[in-house]
Amino acid sequence: MPMNTNQHTSHQYNAELEAARNKLMTMAGLVEAQVSNAIKALLERDSALGEKVAFSDYEINTLEVAIDEQCAEIIARRQPAASDLRLLITIIKVITDLERIGDEAEKVGRYAVEMSESATSGELHGSLRHLGEHVKAMLRDTLDALARMDIKQAMQVVDNDHQVDAEFDSISRQLFTRMLEDPRNIKDSLNVTWCARSLERIGDHCKNICEYVIYLVKGKDVRHTNLEKVRSEILGNN
Amino acid sequence: MTDTTLDMSLKGTMTKPKERSEFAHTIDGTVGKPFLDGKDTKFHCRGVNVFYNGTKQAIFDTSVDIGKNEVIAMIGPSGCGKSTFLRCLNRMNDTIDGCLVTGTINLDGEDIHAKAQDPVLLRARVGMVFQKPNPFPKSIYDNVAYGPRLHGLAANRAELDEIVESSLRKAGLFNEVKDRLQAPGTGLSGGQQQRLCIARTIAVSPEVILMDEPTSALDPIATATIEELIDELRQSFTICIVTHSMQQAARISQRTAYFHLGYLVEVNDTKTVFTNPQHQLTENYITGRFG
Repeated sequence: MPMNTNQHTSHQYNAELEAARNKLMTMAGLVEAQVSNAIKALLERDSALGEKVAFSDYEINTLEVAIDEQCAEIIARRQPAASDLRLLITIIKVITDLERIGDEAEKVGRYAVEMSESATSGELHGSLRHLGEHVKAMLRDTLDALARMDIKQAMQVVDNDHQVDAEFDSISRQLFTRMLEDPRNIKDSLNVTWCARSLERIGDHCKNICEYVIYLVKGKDVRHTNLEKVRSEILGNN
Repeated sequence: MTDTTLDMSLKGTMTKPKERSEFAHTIDGTVGKPFLDGKDTKFHCRGVNVFYNGTKQAIFDTSVDIGKNEVIAMIGPSGCGKSTFLRCLNRMNDTIDGCLVTGTINLDGEDIHAKAQDPVLLRARVGMVFQKPNPFPKSIYDNVAYGPRLHGLAANRAELDEIVESSLRKAGLFNEVKDRLQAPGTGLSGGQQQRLCIARTIAVSPEVILMDEPTSALDPIATATIEELIDELRQSFTICIVTHSMQQAARISQRTAYFHLGYLVEVNDTKTVFTNPQHQLTENYITGRFG
């Protein structure tokens, strides 16, 4: 069934749903910029940018509260059903994950400030860059899937999350080795671990958002289910 | 009795719809779960068509099962045939000149159109409550006692008293009227009158209660009382309710049927219909989209 977010008999209702969706996309855009800046600050040792990221998180938080309120009002006034209901539930859930992505970006920004003074080894820097790029791409795909309600892309993101997890594990192993080699590396290595951990968490939140997109379009809750089964059910009859 | 008792001459010629609605191409049989696969089925309807004056077809080839002790809500835009279909279930359409019903409707496996079937007895088994409360211009007591007297359900006055009291209790009205049972039923408030009509319906111990927009003339408090009552009545009866309030259908029913221009488009668990309907027309209706 194609998703259409307009065409209600009540134009005002259309406008309200559209406004909530637009605010969601605004928030998504802010979060994407925060993540991208945080990673840039980290990799380029740009402490000014890192500071900016750490202090901009409040904009996202404010939007989260405003969107929540807007959705509550629509539910109270309109008693939405079917796809409208799923849209609102999805928005309410997605903004929670977006806000947490914002929190992770803020953390990375703070570590970027701290780490801008010290020189991490080239190898570690390369690993972080790779993980960072991967997570950025994942977030971009997620937000695309959300904007276009594209379940194929959403499914792909859900599928690819384990790659980010694997990269995080590999960075962890490198850091163990480095810490064992020389205890003076521990402080620095721990900072890198926290950053990698934050990036990996962003990947997890992307996965959650994509699962909500699938719920929105298909009306099926695919959280905590077998991926193969989901794929055949979701894409099989698409 | 089974399908074979049907008048075959009618079945052959009439199940083909004479005029297809403009939406017919988007309706290819009923989607969702219209059938209960034999378990606890009260009504078994197959290929039901209703014609007015031989030309105008109001219901097209409708097949659905209605389960025991369930509340099934029938929703759809005005003129979609939901009330017409409801009235088929106790042969109320017989009373309309020029109205023809074809297809099979079995109640507990018995064809309700069989020659041996007495419509008066059928309507005692399948009671009906209407949109506007319509108490008889008699006392509260006599309103409720009317059916049991007609069908000879009470051997003496004491038994009749007991039926009246228990019916009024089941309808949640007894405590409000116990001191004025001889007062006229028409003197009650709208919500009380509707509960009196429900008491009158259940006084003859029906198996099924049909309700045609029972709360549309009532305020929200009286509506809530009736809805609460419907949920309690479900323990003993099967309830089919036609309603224009989708929120009411969502609140009180276990299954929901969506009619559109004479077609039964979708039947499903109420939860599914209101969160993830399978047919675009159902989706459009319950989300308030038309175009």
